[in-house]
Amino acid sequence: MQESATLNNSFKSEEYFINMGPQHPATHGVLRLLLTIDGEIIKKVEPDLGYIHRSIEKMCERDSYQQIVHLTDRMDYLSSHINNEAVCLTVENALELEIPDRVKVIRTIIGELTRIASHCLWWGVMGMDVGALTTYFYGFRDREMINDIFEETCGARLTMNYNVPGGLMWDIHPNFIKRVKDFVAHFKTKIPEYNKLLTGNIIFQKRTKGVGVLSKEDAISFGVSGPVARGSGYSCDVRKYHPYSALDKVTFNEVLEADGDTFARYNVRIRELWESLSIIEQLIDNIPDGEHRVKTNAVIKLPKGEFYQKVETARGELGVYIISTGTKNPYRMKFRSPGFSNLSALNHMAVGGKIGDLVATMATLDLVIPDIDR
Amino acid sequence: MSYFSNIFNGIKTLLTGMSITGKYFLNSRKGAITQQYPDNRDTLKMFDRFRGEVIMPHDENNEHACTGCQKCEIACPNGTIEIIWDRGIDEYTGKNKKKIDKFVYHLSMCTMCGLCIDVCPTDAIKWGQNFENSVYDRTALTRVLNKPGSKLRPGVED
Ligand code: SF4
Ligand code: SF4
Repeated sequence: MQESATLNNSFKSEEYFINMGPQHPATHGVLRLLLTIDGEIIKKVEPDLGYIHRSIEKMCERDSYQQIVHLTDRMDYLSSHINNEAVCLTVENALELEIPDRVKVIRTIIGELTRIASHCLWWGVMGMDVGALTTYFYGFRDREMINDIFEETCGARLTMNYNVPGGLMWDIHPNFIKRVKDFVAHFKTKIPEYNKLLTGNIIFQKRTKGVGVLSKEDAISFGVSGPVARGSGYSCDVRKYHPYSALDKVTFNEVLEADGDTFARYNVRIRELWESLSIIEQLIDNIPDGEHRVKTNAVIKLPKGEFYQKVETARGELGVYIISTGTKNPYRMKFRSPGFSNLSALNHMAVGGKIGDLVATMATLDLVIPDIDR
Repeated sequence: MSYFSNIFNGIKTLLTGMSITGKYFLNSRKGAITQQYPDNRDTLKMFDRFRGEVIMPHDENNEHACTGCQKCEIACPNGTIEIIWDRGIDEYTGKNKKKIDKFVYHLSMCTMCGLCIDVCPTDAIKWGQNFENSVYDRTALTRVLNKPGSKLRPGVED
């Protein structure tokens, strides 16, 4: 009698903790997740942050406004151009500088190219996370063309630092327009391939449909933004609601999906590729002539006050908040990074699922850890 | 019945995907983007604007354009540039002027932000395309950019 009771007890499962990361390929960086699991069912996910904290916000208080720009490259490095743009827009708005149309259009084109490059990388890694290695190479192949465009015009492939308060560091390279057109024509034939290879794949669909569901209400209450929120049907595209640079001159659709699962978030990003291509096509043929930079003082002093600007990076809404006391450094600088809020919803999405589902869910959050830690 | 159609559909989606990879497999030579680095070192050319390192061009008379104004040192966000300067009589104008003794550049700290090159009033420094900077000892990355015995090009004023 007693023997069979012990036997029964020994089959009862017990909750236990397991570390995922900080050095785990699926966390895409040094993020540590403390998982409470029962068998393979996830009970709780606690993200542990700070492994790549470099105190960028504090460093900004020491730097001049020109110097701040290059630090934002190192936050969300896959949207570096858009981060730079956010800081420059904040400073320009505070100074009430009139920016030439040429600068606005070039900024928007490069911003959308950045978004495509970021989504290409994400698509490759997404496939790899759910077990399809080939996508990684195809995603990187197409991203490589964009990186070449950046290298020729901006001088760097990733941390571009092409924006300066008042405009752009240099004018575009003479080859820029031709290269961008080549890329758009090339990439239009590749998105259908992406769909054939991964989107339609039965294994991929089984791994992603109905996994990591986030309802619209939860998306709003967790403060998620970008493709994650739009995958839950929450319309929040900053490019639509608060257009900046040349985005008020173009027409594009905000991509929304209703389901809120991993597959919906995946689809949002794939469909966003088409929208970005359409924005680039509308602008690339009519880049206005003019200056690529307006002169600012060598020492930029913002007027006393508080300034805020938000932009849509590839991951969601990035806010830049500057408190100035009228000196050449900000008194306080705060970044509202999209990754941090998106990560906060992970526990809610993953509980009750399997560990494999957690990896798939995390892949569509598209986390960049330096953006979360800053 | 749906059991078999499920199997059939599954196989169909897999084959659709395989047709893409198969196409690339058969045309593997076309559109390959990988480069045979380092075997292609002789022909490898970086883009003109590529930011590899900061260099100070000298002309054939061993003259550079740096007046020692230190604007780049102030613009640099992380103390990468250190200018050790001196005063001396300029041989062309006969005036007592500031001139550089050593232009020290710590490549190990440089973030390639380009602010120094942007502010330089005389275009004395520019981007170099060399990117092969791996060394065993960090101190090997600290360089003096002005060549020994070099001096300011006559006529350059800031
Ligand atoms: S490199 Fe240019 S900015 Fe720097 S000290 Fe020389 S002249 Fe001045
Ligand atoms: S590129 Fe930037 S970090 Fe490097 S030396 Fe110039 S100012 Fe300093």
